[in-house]
Amino acid sequence: MAQTQSGAAGLLSLPALLHRNATQYGSAPAYREKEFGIWQSWTWAETEKEIEALALGLLNLGVNEGDFVAIIGRNRPSLYWSMVAAQSVGAIPVPLYQDAVAEEMAYVLGHCGARFVIVGDQEQADKVIEVQDQLHQFEHLVYLDPRGMRKYEHSHLHQYSHVQDQGRAAHDENINELERRRAKLDYDSTCVMLYTSGTTGRPKGVVLSNRNVIETSRNSAAFDNLTKGEDVLSYLPMAWVGDFIFSVGQAYWCGFCVNCPESADTMMTDLREIGPTYFFAPPRVFETQLTNVMIRMEDAGALKRRMFHHYLAHAKKVGGRILDGKPVGLWDRIKYAIGNALVYGPLKDTLGLGRVRVGYTAGEAIGPEIFEFYRSLGINLKQLYGQTEATVFITVQPDGQVRADTVGVPAQDVEIKVGDTGEIFYRSPGTFVEYYKNPESTASTKDPEGWVATGDAGFFEEETGHLRIIDRAKDVGKLANGAMFAPKYVENKLKFYPDILEAVLFGDGRDHCVAFINIDLVAVGNWAERNNIAYASYQELAGHPKVLSSIQSHVEAVNRSVAEDAMLSGCQIHRFVVLHKELDADDGEMTRTRKVRRRIVEEKYADIIAALYDGSERISTTTEVTYEDGRKGSISATLELRDAAVVPVTPQRMAAE
Amino acid sequence: MLDQAEGFVTADGRKIGGVVMEMKNITLRFGGVVAIKDISFDIREGEIRAIIGPNGAGKSSMLNVISGFYTPSEGEVWFRGKKRPPMRPYEVARQGIARTFQNIALFDGMSVLDNVMTGRLTQMKAGLFSQALWKGRAEKEEIANREMVERVIDFLEIQHIRKTPVSRLPYGLKKRVELARALAAQPKLLLLDEPMAGMNVEEKEDMCRFILDVNDEFGTTIALIEHDMGVVMDLSDRVVVMDYGKKIGDGPPDEVRSNPDVIDAYLGVAHD
Repeated sequence: MAQTQSGAAGLLSLPALLHRNATQYGSAPAYREKEFGIWQSWTWAETEKEIEALALGLLNLGVNEGDFVAIIGRNRPSLYWSMVAAQSVGAIPVPLYQDAVAEEMAYVLGHCGARFVIVGDQEQADKVIEVQDQLHQFEHLVYLDPRGMRKYEHSHLHQYSHVQDQGRAAHDENINELERRRAKLDYDSTCVMLYTSGTTGRPKGVVLSNRNVIETSRNSAAFDNLTKGEDVLSYLPMAWVGDFIFSVGQAYWCGFCVNCPESADTMMTDLREIGPTYFFAPPRVFETQLTNVMIRMEDAGALKRRMFHHYLAHAKKVGGRILDGKPVGLWDRIKYAIGNALVYGPLKDTLGLGRVRVGYTAGEAIGPEIFEFYRSLGINLKQLYGQTEATVFITVQPDGQVRADTVGVPAQDVEIKVGDTGEIFYRSPGTFVEYYKNPESTASTKDPEGWVATGDAGFFEEETGHLRIIDRAKDVGKLANGAMFAPKYVENKLKFYPDILEAVLFGDGRDHCVAFINIDLVAVGNWAERNNIAYASYQELAGHPKVLSSIQSHVEAVNRSVAEDAMLSGCQIHRFVVLHKELDADDGEMTRTRKVRRRIVEEKYADIIAALYDGSERISTTTEVTYEDGRKGSISATLELRDAAVVPVTPQRMAAE
Repeated sequence: MLDQAEGFVTADGRKIGGVVMEMKNITLRFGGVVAIKDISFDIREGEIRAIIGPNGAGKSSMLNVISGFYTPSEGEVWFRGKKRPPMRPYEVARQGIARTFQNIALFDGMSVLDNVMTGRLTQMKAGLFSQALWKGRAEKEEIANREMVERVIDFLEIQHIRKTPVSRLPYGLKKRVELARALAAQPKLLLLDEPMAGMNVEEKEDMCRFILDVNDEFGTTIALIEHDMGVVMDLSDRVVVMDYGKKIGDGPPDEVRSNPDVIDAYLGVAHD
């Protein structure tokens, strides 16, 4: 293939790939963004010019090689260009989570010593300005959207387009320097630095080289036969490694088009309009979509509803098998084709997934029913297992071998071993260079031979060779009677119910397990509306007796299902509480990627946990909350603690390990 | 400070220009009821001017006089150096004055986009025939107007509801759509009748931001009525205070706040 040949010919950095794309596919669209109600687009040739102008402008501002350039904002072409422009001048782009509060940003900006920050709008600019006194190395701020910025003092503040204009004006003076710096970039230069959200402690800066990013992009693109004809929708945080690989790494390697939505709220409409061919979403997005569809079908006419459920039942029976290329009877195929015309096709279009060739979900376990639902419609949804330190890919599911409970086989060039404790280790070309300014952590994560500890416990299934993840290795514990305690396993089963948003299980070192549950306001609110249940607040709805009863029935169903697994039957939930507030990243209870910080939740709600174990029926508690703008307040509530029926199991020692 | 037409510079560095609109000894009667009694004040280019007062003070009537909906029983309205004759509301709109309403007055069955497009009606010149054929001038006009409307939609961050029928929107968003429609007319003077009534704190903060941004980005002069004193004092450059149809105070927020008559009107005072 032409690509692999040119890959050998010195395509060792993103700017080099950009130049190849601009030369070879100059007139093909590289970026689209919906603005003013219309999709604006830029070809690869135009993109190269834009990036070059910005790079020259950055030189003009005095960006040195090795400087860190922080980038904060929602997914927009201009911010993606900033990353490549920063790399072109030998600087290191550091994308940050845009919803981080100012103090979180202060830590990251201070840790990498960013001299330059490029932000999307006034909101982000304000946060940086708020903490700039703590940042000794910070010098210049570049903003994209001038709205509201006019009155700011502009000696260290620059509008993006002006930086580009100055770059163009100073073209002749700076172009030689730019070319010199671009030519110096090789496989070992740093491509990007990404901060891991960190379920424990401070975020760590993961340094990824061009080798990491380009090799990984090449391997993964080949695995799924990605071409320059793909369309992706970029809506996941730019600071997340997944978005960097899909919207930058693979996009530059393959030369496909990156589409940016108009705003976060229009994501679903934009998804429908673009109809991506390659789609990535965390399970949460798929869950929300499914919940919305089901809620809307409840409002449809009787005929439509019956047709919908009839054909969905058929799809459930044969859809997955057809997708996997397994034998299916002729009549079933004909019926599936009719269903496709009447239900599946229109439904996929509504979901914006009508053109999807390859879809991935990762980050959390996805509910088997949700997973099967999408697959039965003929959407090739697959799972992968990865982390920032591996430049995403550790294992992936090949076409035709997709299952809900495994994460697939090792990706190309990735070696995996399972340690004595059940922890998974890997070694690959995508293995990160180091944690920035943190040699201890680097050493404790990556051994001298290049093996990286994932912190996840899992095992390879004997018959298929697929990897199965049980839980975070450090979260796996033992109950007082010695039975295995794997909270994630039970929590995921709970979260598969649409009205449960989040669940946290406790029980390490105790006699039995108890759980915290967060209701899903959309699903439960809708249910309340249908059943004429009035409520004034989240807290009131969460404490409603009918809600509690329905949650209790879910908990008991999960208990029955957990009891079937001999290894984990001890993890049944004996008592639970529905929390009066949603666990929130602003309160530090979750990471920005919405993973529960177990220890913090355990400390913060120690009184509730104690009450769950001492058998009391109610507890009054006061909880501190942080608002989006950083102000603090508190809410108090009296919570009802409920017992759940458990299936008796004969106490059994762990047989396997 | 108010004597000459040159204007002044506010604390945050905005330039306030000369007088745009002047109300001279306005009195408004409905039969025997005197709603406004001999009030004079002016509105200057680029400023945010608030009209406050307790319930029934005559604030909305005042706004209706400015917008030309009511013709004052006595007194004169001067706009841009000319005395304004009694006018129909659409003629006032053509002069560059747009408004929002206390009780939302949108077209319920129409989408947000169509509602905002109606704000451009006064700018459309193509005839019925040309509109029906959708050729030439009508098409060009529509595209130009749509572009303007899209800028407003972008500005007020309502892209996600562009195609949603207004009747399905929550209250706070309806208010924002109304503001969008008023802005689409590219007014020189924008009248807001209780833009924040019935909103929660977050919606209020958003609305404040938008009002300040409108004033800042487009240089639009804004006159607003509002009950929330905190909002008024933060937003406005100058405040007129009304009580029982009379003007009891006029000046910058700090000055008005310490005016004893104003304090009496708001807190009540023992009358013998």
